[in-house]
Amino acid sequence: MSRIKATFDALKHEGRGALIPFLEAYDPDAATSMAILEGMPSAGADLIEIGVPFTDPMADGPTIQAAGRRALKAGATLSRTLAMVHDFRQENDTTPIVLMGYLNPILAYDPARFCLDAACAGVDGLIVVDLPTEEADLLAGHAAENGLDMIRLVAPTTDDERLPIVLKGCSGFVYYVSITGVTGTRTATAGELAAAIPRIRAVTDLPIAVGFGVRTPAQAAAAVRVADGAVVASALIDTLANSLDEAGRARPDTVRRVLDQVRDLADAVRARVTTA
Amino acid sequence: MTTGAGTLKDAMNEAMRDWVANVHDTYFLLGTVAGPHPYHAMVRDFQSVIGIEARAQILEAEGRLPDVVIASVGGGSNAMGIFHPFLDDPGVRLIGVEAAGRGLDSGETAASIERGKPGVLHGNRTYLLQDDDGQITEAHSISAGLDYPGIGPEHAWLHDIGRTEYVGITDDEALEAFQLCSRAEGIIPALECAHALAHIQKIAPTMAPDQIILMNLSGRGDKDIFTVAAHLGVKL
Repeated sequence: MSRIKATFDALKHEGRGALIPFLEAYDPDAATSMAILEGMPSAGADLIEIGVPFTDPMADGPTIQAAGRRALKAGATLSRTLAMVHDFRQENDTTPIVLMGYLNPILAYDPARFCLDAACAGVDGLIVVDLPTEEADLLAGHAAENGLDMIRLVAPTTDDERLPIVLKGCSGFVYYVSITGVTGTRTATAGELAAAIPRIRAVTDLPIAVGFGVRTPAQAAAAVRVADGAVVASALIDTLANSLDEAGRARPDTVRRVLDQVRDLADAVRARVTTA
Repeated sequence: MTTGAGTLKDAMNEAMRDWVANVHDTYFLLGTVAGPHPYHAMVRDFQSVIGIEARAQILEAEGRLPDVVIASVGGGSNAMGIFHPFLDDPGVRLIGVEAAGRGLDSGETAASIERGKPGVLHGNRTYLLQDDDGQITEAHSISAGLDYPGIGPEHAWLHDIGRTEYVGITDDEALEAFQLCSRAEGIIPALECAHALAHIQKIAPTMAPDQIILMNLSGRGDKDIFTVAAHLGVKL
């Protein structure tokens, strides 16, 4: 069984949703992002999403754009991101890792070789933001051969006619982009989520994670009340960015501040068990 | 433009971000034959009015088709506009002139077909200037309109099937052609178009006197006089 499925199954048994924190590989440097990655599971991360830096992150707001620029400056590449996951797996064989990024670095790497190397490094799933369903074959076969889940994005604009088409090749979980827009800008209301999630549930048995606009512990708790997981990205990166010195370097407390925030988010997501 | 490096590709990223955020009341329009389908095809169809008219007029004026049709290429809209109605005329050579910037091998170029590799950006698969890791590199050209690290996907396809040819003209060659056209014809060409003019200077001497070259001089250079003056060391 894949780590993603095992994790969601276990959480369902526990009666709570997943906290899925995000970090950008190599932001602001290799060592700091590695320390954040390694610290996330014990801070309460159920799954971890790693952003693969790209020069032109079209779906990202200013916060993740800036993270990507810092990361590229620090030498981030797709193969170095895989190396991070490989290192993480030396100590952790249970927490699922999902890579989120854009198609062109994967094309440059070669889709077949990338899927093989990603699986060997210990990656569990892929979210490729600018790979539309119609072109997904270019990656889907290689991903399936190597046991990698292809996590598809569903947005408020994905209508009932398109929804089953998008979900057809989806595995692992469904990523619900809760707003029309880019990362870290707006937040969906509890009412919007309550209306949107059942519409997706009617079409798939896969777990549904909510992303884009989940910032606070309260918002994360609200998201897992209707969905199966909450992805928190820009809010964590804001904390990281605010902790840097004038030259953009990590300070001694950078890792701790980010992980403290993960802990607060995890507490809120887990508190649902007792308040339910 | 304040995001990214503040270049044309960053402006395109930002337009897409705005579009997805305001999709219910916003229309996306890209000024060139690139981007997600069907926008590049729509721009091609609208731009091709110039090609349809030019083809009819040259037949009327000369009674035959041109030997060469030539246009400068950034994203490729003016070239696609003039090429498209000639695609099924196999006797007509179609030449797109890319901005080589400081030289095709200088690392500061906008020649996506000649120095790029296939990739995906802004919703289309085409030739892109990129590094070995698939990160998009910045394009360089003296002409702002050619300063884009990609090219319309239909150009990429026409290149691959061998229907069109692409060549590079440097900043300096374009500057010379800009001055020659201004002096000899009293027409100030846009720096974008000066690239195509510079290539004409190269091929015309190799052709027979009765052969016809049709070039799409798609813009005026009034906007460029300050850029040109700065490069020539003239204070305006």
